[in-house]
Amino acid sequence: MSEQHPAVTQATLVKKAAPKSDYKPADVSPQRRVQRTFAVRLWSIRHSRLLEWFYGRFADAFLLLHPLWKGIGYSRVEAPVKFIEKRVKGFMFDCRMCGQCVLSSTGMSCPMNCPKQLRNGPCGGVRANGNCEVEPDMPCVWVKAWEGSRNMVHGDKILTVQKPVDQSLRETSAWLRVTAQAAAAREAAKNPGASA
Amino acid sequence: MTIRQIDENPAGIHLPLEPLPGHTSRGRLERVLRRGEFAVTTELNPPDSADPEDVYNRAKIFDGWVDAINAVDASGANCHMSSVGICALLTRMGYAPIMQIACRDKNRIAIQGDVLGGAAMGVANMLCLTGDGVQAGDQPGAKPVFDLDSMSLLETIRIMRDNGKFLSGRKLTTPPQVFLGCAVNPFAPPYDFRPIHLGKKIAAGAQFAQTQYCFDVPMFRTFMQKARDLGHTEKLFLLCGVGPLASAKTAKWIRSNVPGIHIPDAVIKRLEGAQDQKKEGKQLCIDIINEVKEIPGVAGIHVMAYRQEEYVAEIVDESGVLKGRQPWKREIRRDDQLVADRLDHLLHDEITETQVDMVKTAH
Repeated sequence: MSEQHPAVTQATLVKKAAPKSDYKPADVSPQRRVQRTFAVRLWSIRHSRLLEWFYGRFADAFLLLHPLWKGIGYSRVEAPVKFIEKRVKGFMFDCRMCGQCVLSSTGMSCPMNCPKQLRNGPCGGVRANGNCEVEPDMPCVWVKAWEGSRNMVHGDKILTVQKPVDQSLRETSAWLRVTAQAAAAREAAKNPGASA
Repeated sequence: MTIRQIDENPAGIHLPLEPLPGHTSRGRLERVLRRGEFAVTTELNPPDSADPEDVYNRAKIFDGWVDAINAVDASGANCHMSSVGICALLTRMGYAPIMQIACRDKNRIAIQGDVLGGAAMGVANMLCLTGDGVQAGDQPGAKPVFDLDSMSLLETIRIMRDNGKFLSGRKLTTPPQVFLGCAVNPFAPPYDFRPIHLGKKIAAGAQFAQTQYCFDVPMFRTFMQKARDLGHTEKLFLLCGVGPLASAKTAKWIRSNVPGIHIPDAVIKRLEGAQDQKKEGKQLCIDIINEVKEIPGVAGIHVMAYRQEEYVAEIVDESGVLKGRQPWKREIRRDDQLVADRLDHLLHDEITETQVDMVKTAH
């Protein structure tokens, strides 16, 4: 059972098959490239202003329901809310459930779709046509984010430096976390003596 | 006339320099830039070997021509000697390395450890990069890490340096004293966001920046105009990336194979029309430097001459950017010279001195 030849990965095979003249990254198989479509994601970015307005109302509504969430218990309501959030945001933005949503700071373009998962701006490898260095058929997430942010009222939130992703928050509901934090902040503002 | 600069610790070349007010590092590059001199940096081609001599021989080519040497961190996602290793060797010999840190291969735990290790070895400059995707390199099946991005990496090291804390908040007993750099690519979309993005990097902690290869001077000029308008050039030293192209064929290859390098058609046409393409490539590089050095806000150049390292000295010399200044160079110190002379005397001269003669010469 002695394997003489060195290990050849699928990625290497695809890279070798690509024409030499073109920079073709290895991990995107031709099959996957045909299957992928970015239509919904791009629609969301084009309508970033509408979605920003809608999310504002939505977050307020969620905050109004804070007594309900608290009554049932945030931990108990987590599973069903996450189920819905994952599907809705997955459809709209190709959400990856990082659990710390920054869509309103990135022009409604989910930065976790960037192959390098950059949360602070584009890398230096963006192609001249505005597509991704790693996935040649995908428009760069950050080129789109910049376009989307220009349509938004609070588009300049794109200028804030984002903290590194907290991996322990993966697969949790960002909606509930934001609501819980907003409620806590509201209570702290009401009676400032309590927290001190 | 050449002016020698003695940015050197009198107690030993491998030791950090005297701290100066307003300086965050104890390295040579920051001193040169803060003195307002036009800085020159270059890149060391990392060896695929475990022999330290390979690193020393490659660094020797730049002696007396550059202010700092970039130790690349698996550039293009190709495996080479690590940047920490190269820095360890270079600092021993008194060079001023710029330790590149790419987020592709290491998570935040490893990176913060490397920052401390590097600083302890005397690395005064660190360049924070995102890194190419693993798909660009020789081992495309590798796992891309990208735990931090260049921005949060800058912020992490800045917090370590200024607040003396890890990202977790745990205290450092001795914070790393480093000069922080970032990369900029003014030649990739979204063009109007790039200067603003640079501002974000400054906010995160960048003190100097090296750009991607510049082959399109008008485009660079527009970028610099915007950067100046935003006030970036007062807060950060910007070094323009330049380099010779070996031939029109290489230029075309780079265009289609290396992400993020913009080469206009005019450049390729000029190379194709030349008799000696290699010489023309060098001349083109010098011409670009001559244009770029006049742009206000450009604090220096970063010469990337991959596999043409022998040209770096000529390019720097012929473009005259140093204006007669000679960057630090390893030289025989007075005490070394004394020992060498003495040994030479002992080994090669026939000595039949008597004690009486010795006393005579001693007086």
